[in-house]
Amino acid sequence: MISVDKEKCTGCGLCEKACPFGAILIVDKIAVIGDECTLCGACVDKCNVEAITIQRKKRKDVDLTLYQGVWIVAEIKDGKVRNVSFELLGKAIELADELKQKTCVLLLGDNVKKFSQYFSSRGANKIYLAEHEALKDYYTETYSSVITGIISKYKPNIVLYPATINGRDLAPRVAATLELGLTADCTGLSIRDGLLLQTRPAFGGNIMADIICPVTRPQMATVRPNVMEMAAIQGNNNAEIIDVPVKVDLQGLKVKTKEVIRGAAFECGIPVCEADTIVSGGRGVGSKENFKLIEGLANVLNAAVGASRAAVDLGWIPKSQQVGQSGNTVSPKIYIACGISGTIQHLVGMKSSDIIIAINKDPDAPIFNVANYGIVGDLCEVIPLLTEALKKKLSEN
Amino acid sequence: MRLNLESHLNFDETMKFIVCVKQVPDTTEVKIDPETNTLIREGVPSILNPFDQFALEEAIKIRQEGDEIIVISMGPPQAKKALLKCLALGADKAILLSDRAFAGADTWATSYTLTQCIKKIGDFNIIFCGLQAIDGDTAQVGPEIAAQLGIPQVTHCESVEKLEDKKLTAKVQTDDGYKIVETRLPVLITGITPSFFEPTNPPMMSIMKANKKPFSTWGAEELGGSKDNYGLNGSLTEVIKVYSPPAREQGVVIKEETAETAVQKLIDLLSKDKVI
Repeated sequence: MISVDKEKCTGCGLCEKACPFGAILIVDKIAVIGDECTLCGACVDKCNVEAITIQRKKRKDVDLTLYQGVWIVAEIKDGKVRNVSFELLGKAIELADELKQKTCVLLLGDNVKKFSQYFSSRGANKIYLAEHEALKDYYTETYSSVITGIISKYKPNIVLYPATINGRDLAPRVAATLELGLTADCTGLSIRDGLLLQTRPAFGGNIMADIICPVTRPQMATVRPNVMEMAAIQGNNNAEIIDVPVKVDLQGLKVKTKEVIRGAAFECGIPVCEADTIVSGGRGVGSKENFKLIEGLANVLNAAVGASRAAVDLGWIPKSQQVGQSGNTVSPKIYIACGISGTIQHLVGMKSSDIIIAINKDPDAPIFNVANYGIVGDLCEVIPLLTEALKKKLSEN
Repeated sequence: MRLNLESHLNFDETMKFIVCVKQVPDTTEVKIDPETNTLIREGVPSILNPFDQFALEEAIKIRQEGDEIIVISMGPPQAKKALLKCLALGADKAILLSDRAFAGADTWATSYTLTQCIKKIGDFNIIFCGLQAIDGDTAQVGPEIAAQLGIPQVTHCESVEKLEDKKLTAKVQTDDGYKIVETRLPVLITGITPSFFEPTNPPMMSIMKANKKPFSTWGAEELGGSKDNYGLNGSLTEVIKVYSPPAREQGVVIKEETAETAVQKLIDLLSKDKVI
């Protein structure tokens, strides 16, 4: 429960301003906490006189030191390891070094042993292999039950999942089954006082929250693709491989995939959520025909083609490429927004990109407020020139 | 077969749908104070989470005569407003889970609370959850409810294609397109993102009628279960700090140039800053 010490409270109003939920009112020079309070603790940090306290009940729990190792759950797709898996590994190695524990990779699938070397050469200490032909395709039921079993048996300290479509489906299922805390879509992870400090954006990217998981193990988080650095290849190849025997039966599966349809226009394209460069088009592109300009620029940069909702609604590009609140949230190294005005719904989905470049004919377009670089001009003129110039520049490098 | 969305065949058995919704601050209205770099909360309206509205609208779309739609929400007493909107949009019955003991719940404690409510309601065929809440953006509560109830889940569902007696067919988003899945009932579905992201407001007549529909408020007493699992006590994660993200630096905008010089300037800047 949260309480305000009436003796200490000076009614200064710092807490009122700090509350992200508008739950505090100063009444007769005393802070009064309203029902909107989520006990986030923003006010406790702000209070200069330590008048606000939040009492958290400590759970009696098992010996937390039994839980050792920093684990990642690798994601394999179409016979390839997704880059996000190596990004998770990079972060896991850093965390494990700090904790002086082992870095472990959980590899699930059919015939996936061959991928072990990629993780081994990038510095993983242990690879847990759960191979079964029934694990060829991702199903919530099979993957979550296998992972739940492995976690219970091997007791990791930390487990990181990719915040991909499958990872965001899997991790909460595992967490709730094992009654574990889980933090979604982390953009930062570090160790503080021996605990995993998880940083994530909330409120549509308007606030950041630091979250810990003090009483349950493993500590679990999903991590956004493209935020962490990939683990570098170190050459040594001596990870211990542990075969985990699993029994999986697809007979009793309750959810079955009947048909898979790939985004027709971008069959060979890179999914936006894992691209490190994205070229996006919006209403300002003008026509489906003009979207070829976007594709051309994307090709030169080896980038994914993205779009605003407007372009998707107009049928210029499949919905799988949509960036924004009702589409994908992305955080690439470079995001090029072409003919996108920058509605708040779009900004929410791409604001955390490292470098944003905007091309728009309207100098007052909100996209320029978040852009590192911008060109005010007609994209039909600018993009072909930019494509050529970049092609030339990149061939020189 | 109970219902085929194309042919609208009618069958005897009726269904019960539960839609989980949340009242959220309209994050698109949130502004940052440029001087203190903190959130300005004043004047930010509380709204029905748009994703939850889309989920409700999908339930309304596939409902047949005799089917029942119950909306449930955990929140402060003011969250009644969001539930009334759901009733005005076409839900039949609303339950607000409101108790000081629920405050400070993380996704696990929230899903526990909603699960307790669903168990109390009893039999159901489909549970709908929105893709995610626009304030927390976690998308975790849906799958966590499904896990606690031990029923299958279909996340990132774009639309319900077909609903039969004990089987549902759905179109599901993938990284590079979509897939068609078939699931047994009961099931929990999350997602539903229509191409037009504009939550509509119900007409005045429906709003007035909504006030006459059954509405209950339940607290921890009514839900039973373990008190230690509610709210802050039940939360497994702990928010230790909330702060504003560092403001983006003011960028360079090249204007009033010909396309040629503008592109040249941009290339020069990008190479100077080692972006390319």
